Amino acid sequence: MDAASKKQLSIIAVNIRKHALEAVHSAKSGHPGGSLSISDVMAYLYFKEMRIDAKNPKLEDRDRFVLSKGHCAPALYSALALKGYFPIEEIKNFRKIGHMLQGHPDMKGVPGVDMSTGSLGQGISAAAGMALSAKLSGKDYRIYTILGDGELEEGQVWEASMFAAQYKLDNLCAYVDNNGLQIDGNIADVMSPYPIVDKFKAFGWNVIEINGHNLDEIEMAYSQAKTIKGKPSVIVAHSIKGKGVSFMENRAEWHGSAPNDEQYAQAVKELDAELAKLEVQ
Amino acid sequence: MADIKKVATREAYGEALAEFGAVYDNLVVLDADLSKSTKTDTFKKKFPERHINCGIAEGNMMSVAAGLATTGKVVFASSFAMFAAGRAFEQVRNSIGYPHLNVKIGATHAGLSVGEDGATHQCCEDIGIMRTIPGMVIINPADAIEARAAVEAAIKYDGPVYLRFGRLAVPTINDNPGYHFEIGRGIELAPGKDVTIIATGLMVPQALEAKKMLAESGIDARIVNIHTIKPIDRVIIKKAAAETGAIVTAEEHNIIGGLGSAVCEVVVEECPVPVVRMGVEDTFGKSGTATAVLEYFGLTAENIAQKAKKAISLKK
Repeated sequence: MDAASKKQLSIIAVNIRKHALEAVHSAKSGHPGGSLSISDVMAYLYFKEMRIDAKNPKLEDRDRFVLSKGHCAPALYSALALKGYFPIEEIKNFRKIGHMLQGHPDMKGVPGVDMSTGSLGQGISAAAGMALSAKLSGKDYRIYTILGDGELEEGQVWEASMFAAQYKLDNLCAYVDNNGLQIDGNIADVMSPYPIVDKFKAFGWNVIEINGHNLDEIEMAYSQAKTIKGKPSVIVAHSIKGKGVSFMENRAEWHGSAPNDEQYAQAVKELDAELAKLEVQ
Repeated sequence: MADIKKVATREAYGEALAEFGAVYDNLVVLDADLSKSTKTDTFKKKFPERHINCGIAEGNMMSVAAGLATTGKVVFASSFAMFAAGRAFEQVRNSIGYPHLNVKIGATHAGLSVGEDGATHQCCEDIGIMRTIPGMVIINPADAIEARAAVEAAIKYDGPVYLRFGRLAVPTINDNPGYHFEIGRGIELAPGKDVTIIATGLMVPQALEAKKMLAESGIDARIVNIHTIKPIDRVIIKKAAAETGAIVTAEEHNIIGGLGSAVCEVVVEECPVPVVRMGVEDTFGKSGTATAVLEYFGLTAENIAQKAKKAISLKK
């Protein structure tokens, strides 16, 4: 990736983090940890990878995105707003009655949301359905979905994995945000989904392992996935829950709780410092 | 009724899919390793590329159906009622119901008439479960003619529909030129002034038999076929309550949550009169031939007639 692109995407990623935290802070509720861990890949997908048009969210042959770990809606909403699907001012109305940004993604109410998700394990199946539809219709659009690593504990993920391999859905690229933590603690302690890479390989998938905070690796992974024919691809990304905010990093308690005013101010300060650093690069 | 043609509604379902598959090239059919039983294999023989076997994984099938529907496909997802409405409830609710996607759930082997397989497969809860999902249309056809019409109507309707079909061959009662199917519109099959028997599915022909039995006792029973449980026809029910003053419901489903409950809700709100519910009395089924099981649990014309007399006795 060239330096200019990397700088642009890095800045967008930090802004996604800022707005995701703004959403959760305004609502006094939501899921900051996992939103921060996927901000880099969200920036890459919405501002580099996907064939989409914010002015025409229902464009028939667009690429589709399904946030299978729907609780990380703050990151999705921030990416959509920054891309121009709706005004950024909506972010502060997240989870508020009478406003469109529901606690989990609602495809009927929010421009740019391709599938309603929130109940874990279902998004990857819906993504597989979209991928199958493209195959049936001879279309070349691609389907992107992001799962949590805790989400892999849902049996439906593996039903969907069998399905995607059976029907050779090489137009489907899943991404597992392997930040190692779920609400109740370390995923290895709660109910280990490891070895994640071996499991997907055994299910017939092309597996790519990367650092989920390295834009070069993210780009390389998605580019490689496109060259693999006859099987779906999954990117297993090692990431840091709460990435970018010192006191949230690698702490399970930030899975689903909102920062107070003081914590929010501190988080914004850290992210602004990161932005300032990126701007002068 | 030995002279009346008998066809299972699941057979008509498979044939309707094959028929309309030729008309609608965006029609896709999913199954979960039961295509020979659900009869979606009738569609598969004509359109193998649009028949997707999802294996024994009903939850995934429902969410896959949702994904397909977001791209403009009209999707039929089939399994036994037990697994479609039971096992996959949450996928139906969240992946299909919440976004109001254009998925038709073709649930076969509903009710006790599954027969020999017994209680684990005899789903008498599905109407109750599906009825609580906002926006879900529920159709329980009485015969092959109605099953075909229901499939056609479901295709033309934009949104989720739960279609309930049976395994057992049932009499074809709607084979007449005046037959007209409309979602949400009940059908008065026979006039009557003393009591109304509101029946659905395979209890409709039994209701017609019960009418004959009641006539012998000098009771004039009205017969109403409610094929659409949701949205229910409030007009025909209110009219029946007002004009006949007593109602019996008859269904191959738990008396809790199904047609009986739906009718009671309308009656108490619109025109309170006695309602007696006939159906599976909050119990699990048993193995046996379909007809033996139906008889064992009292899903007979005789029982409808008895319940009708009880309803009349409750009139003020």
